[in-house]
Amino acid sequence: MPTKPDTAAASTARDGAEAGEPLIEIEDLKVHFGLGGGGLSRLTGRGAGTVKAVDGVDLTLRKGEVLGLVGESGSGKTTLGRTLLGLNRPTGGHIRYRGLDLAGLSERRMRPMRRELQMVFQDPHASLNPVMDIRTAVGHPLEIHGLAASEEERDAKVVEALERVGLHPAEQFLDKYPSDLSGGQKQRAVLARAIIADPRLLVADEPISMLDMSVRAKILQLMLDLRDDLGLTFVYVTHDLASAKYFCDRIAIMYLGRIVELGTTDEVFAEPRHPYTRALLAAIPEPDPERAVTRNLPRGEVPDAARPPAGCSFHPRCAAALSACGWEARDLRTYLERRWLTLEPDDWARERDLLGDLTGLDTPGLLEAVLRPGRGGTAEDVLALLERLREEDADGEAPEPFWRGVTALELRDGAVRLAFAEPADPRLLPVAGAGTTVACHLHDPARSAAVPPQTPASA
Amino acid sequence: MTQTALTSAPEPGSLPVGPTPAGKRFRGLRRFLAPIRQAHGMPKAMLWTGGIITALLALTAILAPLIAPYSFDAYQSGGHQFPKQGHPSGTHLFGTTVQNFDVLSRVVYGARTALEVMILAVVFSLILGVLLGLLAGYLGGWLDRILVLVMDALFAFPYLLLAIVAGFMLSGIIGGGVVTAALSITIVYIPQYFRVVRSSALSAREQVYVEAARAMGAKPSTIVRKYLFGNVIQSVPVIATMNAGDAISTLAGLGFLGLGIQPTEAAEWGYDLQRAIDDVNSGMWWTALYPGLAIVLAILGFTLLGEGLNDVYNPTIRRRRIIRAVLPVPTARKRLHEAAGNGGGTGSTTGDNGKAGTTSETGTTPEEGDGQ
Ligand SMILES: Nc1ncnc2c1ncn2[C@@H]1O[C@H](COP(=O)(O)OP(=O)(O)O)[C@@H](O)[C@H]1O
Ligand code: SF4
Ligand SMILES: [Mg+2]
Repeated sequence: MPTKPDTAAASTARDGAEAGEPLIEIEDLKVHFGLGGGGLSRLTGRGAGTVKAVDGVDLTLRKGEVLGLVGESGSGKTTLGRTLLGLNRPTGGHIRYRGLDLAGLSERRMRPMRRELQMVFQDPHASLNPVMDIRTAVGHPLEIHGLAASEEERDAKVVEALERVGLHPAEQFLDKYPSDLSGGQKQRAVLARAIIADPRLLVADEPISMLDMSVRAKILQLMLDLRDDLGLTFVYVTHDLASAKYFCDRIAIMYLGRIVELGTTDEVFAEPRHPYTRALLAAIPEPDPERAVTRNLPRGEVPDAARPPAGCSFHPRCAAALSACGWEARDLRTYLERRWLTLEPDDWARERDLLGDLTGLDTPGLLEAVLRPGRGGTAEDVLALLERLREEDADGEAPEPFWRGVTALELRDGAVRLAFAEPADPRLLPVAGAGTTVACHLHDPARSAAVPPQTPASA
Repeated sequence: MTQTALTSAPEPGSLPVGPTPAGKRFRGLRRFLAPIRQAHGMPKAMLWTGGIITALLALTAILAPLIAPYSFDAYQSGGHQFPKQGHPSGTHLFGTTVQNFDVLSRVVYGARTALEVMILAVVFSLILGVLLGLLAGYLGGWLDRILVLVMDALFAFPYLLLAIVAGFMLSGIIGGGVVTAALSITIVYIPQYFRVVRSSALSAREQVYVEAARAMGAKPSTIVRKYLFGNVIQSVPVIATMNAGDAISTLAGLGFLGLGIQPTEAAEWGYDLQRAIDDVNSGMWWTALYPGLAIVLAILGFTLLGEGLNDVYNPTIRRRRIIRAVLPVPTARKRLHEAAGNGGGTGSTTGDNGKAGTTSETGTTPEEGDGQ
């Protein structure tokens, strides 16, 4: 496991970074992907909808800092990083860099900017051309941007870059092909290629996740050295909070295309505010038993990004969710099915027959659920069952937050009708008395007055 | 980490060598030749046979004026008219044709024609097919759709018919020479390169290294040249050798139908074969046998070479030599005894052998796994 670097230089660099002026300002950035579906659905004109890979991100990158983008797979980290470098066309929003808006820049005008904005991809093996030797590969940015007048000058710069990333003696690597190098060496070569044209920003997309454990800490240390020596600004994309703690000055936690918590590394680790951040932190093995938190990993899985939940997209997995967190008809089905997993087969069969067909609940965004009784009973029976469940689950050992969102449970026209509270999107708000910003109703003073905010100890 | 890598880098040849261009080129060649040197069994035999035949053919073609006793269109020598349909003899080893040509000379010069046409056709179709395939695969869009449509139509056409139509049209424009024949054959083979190159360009352009090149700021033309071309081109040499034999048979087909090269322009086996048809009925075997043999040999040589190279380079077809795991002797013997015992004393020997074989084979599996 990587441990914190104990050098004083690193910590002063961190302090200096906090005062840094903005390098890039991202404003309400949106990247939506249209899902084409198969050829048939294109013919019939029914697309499969859109994935909001990045959905309204505001973020300011300061010069010289290392910002971590952390989240589970599918949360849009890669897309955000790529869009930052103009590799994806944003659907909306702005990326301000040196008085320019990168979001609207054509590929042709973007190209010269690429010298300053570099990217390191996840898979070092795939990001090197297998039929190009290291000399050409690492030196190619120089050639593209016309930074080397002669072959000798290029070779000298390549050698310097290779030495800088710890591939020495560099001359021996010049004529090798990627297949001759180990994974760690490849990632070093990729880093050499990324820094050779003297960039200002480096986006590293999970640069160590495909490397052997033994190499990871070394590559991270190398990136720290590069930051300190070259004054680079880093965006470090990862799903691994532990490596982010080691490497980052600030951390942005992403969930389904949005930033849900943003703060300095120390703050986020000392006092995580968003329930999702807490869950992620709980998933890190904690060697210190006094600080060990209970393992309440989020239940369920990351929802389908093409049909994100209403309100706070984390609410189906959030144990602390409030009424306005976005409860909808789909959640009733999830709730019942989760309950059925705990029942005896007979009880399960009885309830299933009573409730009949639940597929009508699946449409996203239904604030009203109408349950028609199945073969096994009448609407009154259904109502009685749901009321009993509410009684049992609403308060108790493990309160079921689902019931907090239900504003009405009644009989109407021979069916049971549930109504849900109006959902509200949690906005990214600064936390009073701290440098952190959090997108969660629990930390919105206007909303959570009724419910005492949870402290980490009670989480 | 660097340290371990340095000690473990098993490239003694390249380590002290400086970055000289010669060393670089040699290295690339070695990478290319390595699979050939590793070839075993059937592919190796095919490679060698094909290679030797091809080399002989090429030698014959290059040295044709030295080997052939007369010119391909000579019907007299030193004022002596050649005999018409003369039997093989001391002055005409392979006899003479109905047009008083010396068969040996025509067969030897035919190798030259065949090779010329083949090389031209392969080079033309390779260049055009690779270029169009790269463009279609990388750019996509309507250009890709149109090209795919045209190429599929060409591909679906019977190839000889296509060559005949092309030869017919071209001979009207530029006459019936070597270039015409080569061009009509070119059209037949463009779709093969196009298809292969297009599909590898399609998959290569989705690769991370292409994306990385874009992130570096490379222009599309640079990406195509430096990142796609090298990866897309790898299957092309194999197609080229496979097409080489095919091109010779197409040329012969065209010549046989009288649509190829005019007999005064160059010696061509297909044409000679066609002129020899009537001779066969009157018992003159030599005018048909030698050009026919030449055609068969040339096609055989190139096909063997092409198939051999295909086996060696094409990883989907390539089969590594399977090295059998050797069982420790005592275990094997014990298993054999057991198998024999199970089989019963009256069982036939073949049955026992079969059983012993299967038992010992299932026995090897876990040991192979342990070894790796
Ligand atoms: N090119 C694309 N086309 C369609 N959907 C995409 C594309 N790239 C990413 N996505 C979708 O966007 C979401 C976020 O993806 P990504 O940014 O790769 O997340 P992460 O890097 O956090 O794992 C995922 O649901 C993914 O399926
Ligand atoms: S807003 Fe906060 S409390 Fe509500 S569901 Fe989201 S994370 Fe949970
Ligand atoms: Mg990713």
